[in-house]
Amino acid sequence: MSNIPQLLVHDHEDNVGVVVVEGLKAGTEMLCVVTHDNSSFKLTANDDVPIGHKIALKDIAEGDTAIKYGEDIGKFVGSVKQGCHVHTQNLKTKRW
Amino acid sequence: MSDKIMGYRRENGRVGVRNHVIILPVDDISNAACESVCNNIKGTMAIPHAYGRLQFGEDLDVHFRTIIGTGANPNVAAVVVIGIEPDWTQKIVDGIAATGKPVFGISIEQKGDLETVRQASWKAKEFVHYASELQREECDISELWISTKCGESDTTTGLGSCPTVGNMYDKLIPQGITGFFGETSEITGAEHICKERAINEEVGERWHAMWKAYQDDVIFAHQTDDLSDSQPTKGNILGGLTTIEEKALGNLEKIGRECKYIDILEPAEAPAKGEGLYFMDSSSAAAECVTLMAAGGAVLHTFPTGQGNVVGNPIVPVIKITANPRTVRTMGEHVDVDVTGILTREKTIDEAGDDLIEMIKRTANGRNTAAEALGHREFSMTKLYRSA
Repeated sequence: MSNIPQLLVHDHEDNVGVVVVEGLKAGTEMLCVVTHDNSSFKLTANDDVPIGHKIALKDIAEGDTAIKYGEDIGKFVGSVKQGCHVHTQNLKTKRW
Repeated sequence: MSDKIMGYRRENGRVGVRNHVIILPVDDISNAACESVCNNIKGTMAIPHAYGRLQFGEDLDVHFRTIIGTGANPNVAAVVVIGIEPDWTQKIVDGIAATGKPVFGISIEQKGDLETVRQASWKAKEFVHYASELQREECDISELWISTKCGESDTTTGLGSCPTVGNMYDKLIPQGITGFFGETSEITGAEHICKERAINEEVGERWHAMWKAYQDDVIFAHQTDDLSDSQPTKGNILGGLTTIEEKALGNLEKIGRECKYIDILEPAEAPAKGEGLYFMDSSSAAAECVTLMAAGGAVLHTFPTGQGNVVGNPIVPVIKITANPRTVRTMGEHVDVDVTGILTREKTIDEAGDDLIEMIKRTANGRNTAAEALGHREFSMTKLYRSA
């Protein structure tokens, strides 16, 4: 159908992307666009995720570093499966 | 060919985009007299605030800079200053008078509110007649001083509205505007990038020392718990931001790809090194930050928001930009520039930057912003520590 993406990713090095549509349901095959060069890929969402919230682009282990904008945005405090919701329940700042 | 806008050229050569006559209290206990004058004389605006008594040291310096800077701002045509006692009132009057604009000061002690209001009202009426006959004239867009600070940020601000402001700065800073960014605590997590964006190593080192001093002297000296509920804020977290690092990286998108900042400003300090981008040491709280930048001389403020911050300012038009379609749907009356097309890939950052520049020109020419139409006049003083 439409070519409007459900997920935007800043950089190719990132391991999380941002949901940019309202009401995303688990099981949706998302069109994902990397804003750095407008390249795209497909990924299936495994959770219902609100607009603005993040989704893991691959399986992630506890202790791994979250990368967004190609930069360190904190440490995973729980493991996350590809396509699942990433937020305060599994990601924490390294600053405080 | 550079763009033109229709502005008010003030006595000191600066260009304003509004023409306010303000009734400015030196201190909290002079608010009532100022509001009475404003009630008497149509076309004036009182700017009440919470402080101004028994402050000292650096905190008092910030207070004076903020009040004087507000009166001195080119969006203000003339000022009536009211304080409880004559000395500090005169200090404010002298500071504003240095711009050459009409200013009148009066103190309440030994007169009382009623006599003060009578004298101040006569003068305010004279100032309204004066200001209302001033005409806009053609000015170069490069003469504008434009500030930025984002609020109620979410992940869409880093994707859309902040890069839109960054694109505007990348286009207008080379044309010669003066720009401001700040929000000291919200650079945490991106300080290595911010330091690199200084014009040279010396400025970068001074920036880093300022940022580090804030971390050590304010954050770590006063924190009582994990700051994860304050930075990011609850609103940021609802919007999907998880960590301060993530928030900071999005925030810094506001300075674009090319701009380098040329100096560091104290809170409410006016730039003194000519055109270019400046970092102002400032709170990340919306009203405080906009108030400080307005006092520093900014005449227009660009404000990216994600979840929908509603802030305005008494003297400076605050232009709201959002890329979040839910915010446009649920609180669209607060949005001046809708850049949701960036998320749907129907609009490029470059096109969104042009949209913002167009709105800056329209606002400079007189279009009221959403915040102005909705009556948002938040004026919040920055307080560094307890009064004596």
